[in-house]
Amino acid sequence: MLWNTMILALREIRRNVLRSVLTILGIVIGVAAVIIMVTIGGGATVQVRQQIAGMGSNLLMVTPGKRLGPGQSTDNVPFKEADSRAIARDVPAVAAVAPVSSQSIQAIFGNQNWTTQVSGSNNQYLQVTNRSIRSGRQFTDSELRSGAAVCIVGETVIRKLFGGQEALGEKIRLQKLSCEVIGLLAAKGQSTMGTDQDDIVVIPLSTFQRRIAGNQDVGFIQVSVEEGVATEKVQNDIVRLLRERRHLSSSDDDNFNVMDMKEIAQMLTGTTRMLTALLSAVAAVSLLVGGIGIMNIMLVSVTERTREIGIRLAVGALESEVLMQFLVEAVVLSSFGGLAGIVLALTTSVWLAGILRVPFVFNGGIVMVAFLFSAAVGVIFGYFPALKAARLDPIEALRHE
Amino acid sequence: MNMTAVYRTDKQALIELRGVTKVYGSGQAAMHALRGVDLRIDEGEFVAVMGPSGSGKSTCMNILGCLDTSTAGTYWFKGVEVNRLTRNQRTKLRRFYLGFVFQGFNLLNRTSALENVELPLIYRGASAHERRHRALEALRTVGLEGWESHTPGELSGGQQQRVAIARAIVTGPTVLFADEPTGNLDSARSHEILELLNGLNREQGVTIVMVTHEQDMAAHAKRIVRFLDGLVESDKPNIRNA
Ligand SMILES: Nc1ncnc2c1ncn2[C@@H]1O[C@H](COP(=O)(O)OP(=O)(O)O)[C@@H](O)[C@H]1O
Ligand SMILES: [Mg+2]
Repeated sequence: MLWNTMILALREIRRNVLRSVLTILGIVIGVAAVIIMVTIGGGATVQVRQQIAGMGSNLLMVTPGKRLGPGQSTDNVPFKEADSRAIARDVPAVAAVAPVSSQSIQAIFGNQNWTTQVSGSNNQYLQVTNRSIRSGRQFTDSELRSGAAVCIVGETVIRKLFGGQEALGEKIRLQKLSCEVIGLLAAKGQSTMGTDQDDIVVIPLSTFQRRIAGNQDVGFIQVSVEEGVATEKVQNDIVRLLRERRHLSSSDDDNFNVMDMKEIAQMLTGTTRMLTALLSAVAAVSLLVGGIGIMNIMLVSVTERTREIGIRLAVGALESEVLMQFLVEAVVLSSFGGLAGIVLALTTSVWLAGILRVPFVFNGGIVMVAFLFSAAVGVIFGYFPALKAARLDPIEALRHE
Repeated sequence: MNMTAVYRTDKQALIELRGVTKVYGSGQAAMHALRGVDLRIDEGEFVAVMGPSGSGKSTCMNILGCLDTSTAGTYWFKGVEVNRLTRNQRTKLRRFYLGFVFQGFNLLNRTSALENVELPLIYRGASAHERRHRALEALRTVGLEGWESHTPGELSGGQQQRVAIARAIVTGPTVLFADEPTGNLDSARSHEILELLNGLNREQGVTIVMVTHEQDMAAHAKRIVRFLDGLVESDKPNIRNA
């Protein structure tokens, strides 16, 4: 009997190709959307974690202003270069301190131009960001002090402005500042957040302040702690020093932040996690929409098929036989759609992961959830309206228009 | 005078209705379609049911065919009280004893004539081979050899009704109910269908109960039952055929 029912169901599926395809499509889209979003989101999270692990743990980031709670933050009093010097001088176990101010600026060489990130800092910037100079040299003390028009340039900027040409010794223009290229940075590739770390120009801080920003502010201070020293200790020392320098009384909150890598990592993974949650929400909505699509098709087709149910009952089909047929139909369609959705999602995810350069992380849980959800939608909305129709007296079902 | 008494014999009736009523709706909107029908039909009869539109013919046929249930009264089929059967038992009755032909054919769309005729056999658990064999035979009986693979949409009204008749007789039912089987057909097609039913009755001994509006259709029957306002108004042997 079950075999008969299977054959009946398969025949009906084949007879109504359009209806079957639409049902399957709804499930395919729903399942695929959820799996893709969650897989890519998960990949991004893993990538962030991996990159943070590779960054070392001896870095501190000092930023002005502090969030106290939702929608509440302290005054954003900027740092001065003196703050950075004070940290270097007064805080023990500090290996390097780099005050940084930066801005996105168009760099011009000849008839080429390229908008890049220009940072004003000192030679210790290279140390804290773990970079080296491929050719050329660092800034001299007098260049740093006098605010000379010199720059150290990243790989991407060199490629965009100079093509294959020799860049050392040439002059590039940053707004009104024309500065000589004295060093080329070794390439570093993409960062955690997907930005190009070689798309950068470094100039002396004083040059940046005087010629570009037009003030004496420092955007943030990066500190690297000596090897083998607990970052918490240094963090506390910096907080104490800065509170003193900013004249905060003991009742005042810090109006700056000193974060270690762990906190930065938390912040970054928090961001990707939020992104994943957002993507998942979008995916859940598409799954829901897919589900509603399936529901509609099933409801319409059952209404349409009430007469068919009446005919089957009239020629001697038991209620349970009619229902079994509809159940098998719904299960076959839903699982076929679900499997197609999974295949589509996994191939698309592998492909997308390649393009977005995030690792492909297979999440079996979400594959199951998406599949079960859409299968359930298909079965529930295929089965229950049929149940209603199959319980009618045959003549009632036949009268149905 | 109770006309059904004319046909009473000691033999157990195939079909017997006593005081059968059917009420659609309730309260103010209640519609009394049958008001107490008494009817007896024996095996091998060919009964024509006539009467004005709305007199309850279809309602009565649906109850006889177990497609619908009565509100009150008793229906015996081969001595079994149908009213007391469960839904599934009534389905089994349809499956093994009853054939039904509708005015509107009620064939499955997009489904070949052969598959339509095979349908009742599927629910009888017949093998694919047996189904095919018997369905082809039934289609031959109704004169549709060569049309097996056509879907209802590709067949004329007369041909569709013949497919429906083939579907009704493929199981070898004891009784065939036909509710205005020729209502949608022209006169020539109607006579063909009637010949077919006549043949089934005469040669295979199938009991036939047929609703018709047309006098000349009813003329083929051995007995004519007339309905009026939900009651059997008259029940007479057809003098010409009796
Ligand atoms: N499903 C129904 N709901 C309400 N009234 C119905 C229904 N079916 C039939 N009737 C009413 O019952 C009466 C008998 O109908 P029917 O048996 O179809 O008559 P006939 O077949 O003799 O023309 C009619 O008045 C009709 O309007
Ligand atoms: Mg009628």
